Order: sequence, then structure tokens, then C-alpha cells
Amino acid sequence: MPFPLETAAHPENSRRVVIEPVSRVEGHGKVTILLDEGNRVREVRLHIVEFRGFEKFIQGRPYWEVPVLVQRLCGICPVSHHLAASKALDIIVGARRLTPSAQKLRRLMHLGQILQSHALHFFHLASPDLLFGFDADPARRNIAGLAAAHPDIARKGVLLRKYGQEIIRMTAGKRVHGTGSVPGGVNRNLSREERRQLAAGIDEVIAWSMEAVGMVKRLFAENARAWEGFGHYRSGFLSLVRADGALDFYDGGLRASDAGGGIVFDHADCQDYHERIHEEVKPWSYMKFPFLVALGAQDGWYRVGPLARVGRCDFLSTPLAEAERLAFKEFDGGAALHAPLAYHWCRMIEMLHAAEGIRELLGDDDLSGTDLLVRGTRALRGVGVLEAPRGTLIHHYRINEDEQVVGANLIVSTTHNNQAMNEAVRRVAMRYLDGRKLTEGLLNHIEVAIRAFDPCLSCATHALGKMPLMAELVDADGSVIDRLAKDG
Amino acid sequence: MASLVFGWGNPGRGDDALGPALIGRLDALAPAHPEWGEVRLLTDFQLQPEHALDLEGCERVLFVDAGASCPAPFALERLASSREFGYTTHAMSPAALLALFRQVCGCEPPPAWLLGIHAASFELGAPLSETASRNLEAAVAFAGEWLSARD
Repeated sequence: MPFPLETAAHPENSRRVVIEPVSRVEGHGKVTILLDEGNRVREVRLHIVEFRGFEKFIQGRPYWEVPVLVQRLCGICPVSHHLAASKALDIIVGARRLTPSAQKLRRLMHLGQILQSHALHFFHLASPDLLFGFDADPARRNIAGLAAAHPDIARKGVLLRKYGQEIIRMTAGKRVHGTGSVPGGVNRNLSREERRQLAAGIDEVIAWSMEAVGMVKRLFAENARAWEGFGHYRSGFLSLVRADGALDFYDGGLRASDAGGGIVFDHADCQDYHERIHEEVKPWSYMKFPFLVALGAQDGWYRVGPLARVGRCDFLSTPLAEAERLAFKEFDGGAALHAPLAYHWCRMIEMLHAAEGIRELLGDDDLSGTDLLVRGTRALRGVGVLEAPRGTLIHHYRINEDEQVVGANLIVSTTHNNQAMNEAVRRVAMRYLDGRKLTEGLLNHIEVAIRAFDPCLSCATHALGKMPLMAELVDADGSVIDRLAKDG
Repeated sequence: MASLVFGWGNPGRGDDALGPALIGRLDALAPAHPEWGEVRLLTDFQLQPEHALDLEGCERVLFVDAGASCPAPFALERLASSREFGYTTHAMSPAALLALFRQVCGCEPPPAWLLGIHAASFELGAPLSETASRNLEAAVAFAGEWLSARD
């Protein structure tokens, strides 16, 4: 059964608005909106052209190549794929429990990725909207405008990125296509000198992260009514949690809740994800629609990412971030817990949590340990799940006796959020489009809703892609009567 | 001061590997070419804001990218900093990076050029196409001349 506004009853009597990107390589997204003769919104769809070539590409490859090969999936978060693949292959090589040094080095690499990814999204992609307003002059509403008006914020964003990249370079061995994580552990440690170099900058990183949380909290408070309601809906959530209920980016069990906040399952074994999560195919979309089996496709869709993690974990294990989590949950009586724009707030709480976690780890001598690899009883199937910057990331591999990959399934964060992004776009279209002339500001409202999820079309489409948008207003005869373009 | 050559692209996507491939070739050739002076070689999947800091202390910059629409075998373009930012995407243009450099570092960016190498195919897992391989040879020769020309 289609969701409200998913399929128009009489599309033949409608005119069509298309927001479509121009993509350099395969993989892109577009939004289509059908309006009836009274300019009422009748159908809204976010399409992401999913390219499923990667699973086929790695078939027949030796399994130990996979952690490096998967980094070709995405130039945005290659480290997440590197680690998720390694975790799946840990199971295959029988390394269900890594050495303390290996686990902590991987965790540090992952925290570096979370830090730099969240910094990029907030400082350079989202903050121009948040600081200048969704309708502001587009010539100003970008990173250049941000740097001109708030040079200090822009510079801190760049330096936070640089710090996270340095952690990745040191733990992965290289800036691009790192090889640090391997099935069963890691192949390099951190020297005391490398730890000293990283530790020298971490207090400043924590201070800037605190400032960023403060900024988004203040902006949310100043715009509470509008931001709480922007694209608002209730949904289920999915994320990893530690055994004690704490948020954990790297490992743990799966926790899912329904739209009313009730727990659907908790601490579920990631190896059995396929029994709890299914993917629905819809004729109008290349990207699948995952849902919780227990609730069915109609009620079982959910959100992943910062809002799911911060909003649904029991606590954060670092003190500054935990204080901010409590403030977020208490804000306006919990009014932000389902708001798409609250993703930004939670993203910055997570950046602070990652920075604190990095400081904690850098003081741990296990990072310089030499016991880095374990092996055990071989298996022919393995699942690796972690929390990538944008949400839960699942890698699932099967190999044969010749150690070649014979099957793979990847569910990336943007795919988990497919229905959720469609819902947000539908609500924003209803609120802002209904019968109005297409304007850049209108187009941007739709983008703001999508951008809150920080979708990575590169990942979702398994291609290095872009997210530029073009909007066309086409009448019933197919003639273009209005057009707006925005290059990536 | 150093010349920076920065080639980007995904080595796993056919001709998108042209940028990193050119950097690999220059890296191998550099020891035999002292006339190039100090050269910094850099590669990544795509341009990101923090790359602005890689421009610090450079005398000049040659950006290298694969381009399906640029003429064969390659095209050279002098870059001016631009305020046109694709803020809906995670990647940046080189002109935008120059503008960000000016605003973040508080001084003018080094003179910069974009070397676009004509690309034909971006298939996942494919090697460089024959066309791209030929174009790469021409681009490597040009990049060597560019590095040698120190006026």
C-alpha cells in the first residue's frame, strides 16, 4: 500500500515538477512533485538512482582484498566501508574478539572519520542555511559567504577536518586507500610520538566542538517553532548500542524503536540482521526501502544516523557530550526528538563525543601495543555492522572454500533513510510548494530537508557522485515553463 | 618554494583514475628531473575544504582532473578564485578551493591552473580506456614541461 503522497490517484491530470541533478558519473537523485489543476500537491517522490554494481564487482575476488577495495565505493567515508568490511571478515577468519590494541586502533580511526565527516557537513554544508536562513541570497548562502561573514567558523571547520584526516592517515597508513585494518585486526600501531603529536591538538578540537554544539543549540532555541515543525513527523529509529545501552559508533547490538518510542528489539546480534530487517522494492525507485520485519513495510520504516543514535541511546560515555545529550532531550519538553533539523544538533553532540573519545584513547598505551592480529575457526559468512557518520552501515559477505567472495550485500545509511527522506520532502513540499511559483528559496527548502540527513549519494548509489539539483516546472503538455539549476 | 601538483579521482572507476595516475607517473619521474625544483605531489578522491591548507607555502599549483567534456588529449585553464560553491555536494571545485584559501588563510592563493585530461569511460573496476591512456601520456609530457618552466 503506498504512503500518503507517494502515488497520485490521477497523475494524468497533473503537472510535474522535477528536481534533478546533473551527475558526473552514474548515480544521482531527483525529486518529482505532481501538482493537480488547483496546484495542490498530489505526489512527491525522492528518487535515488542506485547503482548496484559493487556487489558484482567484488565477486570472485579474494576476501582479504575487500577492505581495501570497498574504499572505492565512496570518497566521502571510505574509512567506514574499510572498517565495516574488516569487521565482516573478522568473523570469516574466526576473529570474533580482537586484541585490545587492534580494537582501540580501529576505534580511533573510526572516531577520526566521524569527527572530520561531521565537521564537513555542519561547517561547510549545513551552517550557511542555518546561519543565513533558508531563503537567503544563494550567492551568500554557501561556504564562501560563511567564510566572509564568519571567517573564524569557516577556519575551525577546515582545521577540524584536517585533524580528523590526520588521525585517519596515521592509523590507516595513508591518506587515501589506507590499509591499516585487515581481517582479524590491524597491521600497524601508533608510536608514542604519533600519539603525542595528535594529543597536542585535541584540547583545541574539543573546545571547538563545544562551541559548535553551543552554536546549533542557540540557533535551535532562537528558531524553535519553525525548526521543530520543519518537515516534522514521527518514525521508528535504528542504531547500535553498547551492552550497557551507551551509544557506540564501532560495535554493539542493534536497537530498534517504533514511532511511539517502544522498543521493537534491543541488543540484537548483528549477524542476524537479515532476520530483522528486510528491503522492499518499489517500481518507481532504484533504491530499496528497508523496514523492520516485526512491524511490516507500512509501519516498520525507520531513521538512522545522529538523531537515532543520540535520541535513542541510554547515555553517552563522555561527560561533556552526555551533558549536551541531556540538554537536547529536555529541550522544549522533548519537542526536537523527531525533528529532521535536530539531526544537525545531534551531529554536533556526536562530534564532541568523538573528540572526547579521541582524547581518552590517545592516553591509552594499547595504541602502541604490538599484539595486533588474531585468527580462529574459519567461517564462510560474516556480517560487519558499525555506525558510519550518516548512520548504520551493514556489510555482509559470503565466501567459498577457495577464499573467493561469492556473495555480498551492503545496506548503507542513505538506503536506511530512504523512506524517512521521502517523508521529510513530502511534508516540506506540502508546506512550502502548494500552488506557488517555483523559486530558488522553495527549491532550497526541499534541499534543506534532504540535507539534514546528510545523504551520501555516492554511497547509496555505490558511485562517486554529486548532489547538484535542477528543478523544472513542466506543464501538462511537457513544455518547460520554469527552470532552476544548481550545480554541484 | 614548491610547485604543487594535485590530481584527484577514484582509481576504481575507469578513466576517473586519470588524476591519480598522472601523480603516480610524476612521482616515478621526479628523481630524474632535478630541473623541476621542489615538487609536492598530492592525490585524493575529490577536493575537500581542508585541501585549502595544502596550498600554503606553494609557489604555484597544477590541479589535474579527468573530464568527459574537455577536448582531447587535455586542456589547460588558468584558474581564478570563484564564489560558486556547490554546497549541496561534498566535493568542491578548484576555483572554490582557491576562494576558501584566501578567506581561511588571509592571503592571496598561489597562481593555479587546471589540467583537464579527456576521459571516455567511468565504469566501476575498469582500467583506463585506450583513449585515456593515450591522453595520459600527452598530459604527463605537458606536466613535465610545466614543472620545468620556472619563470
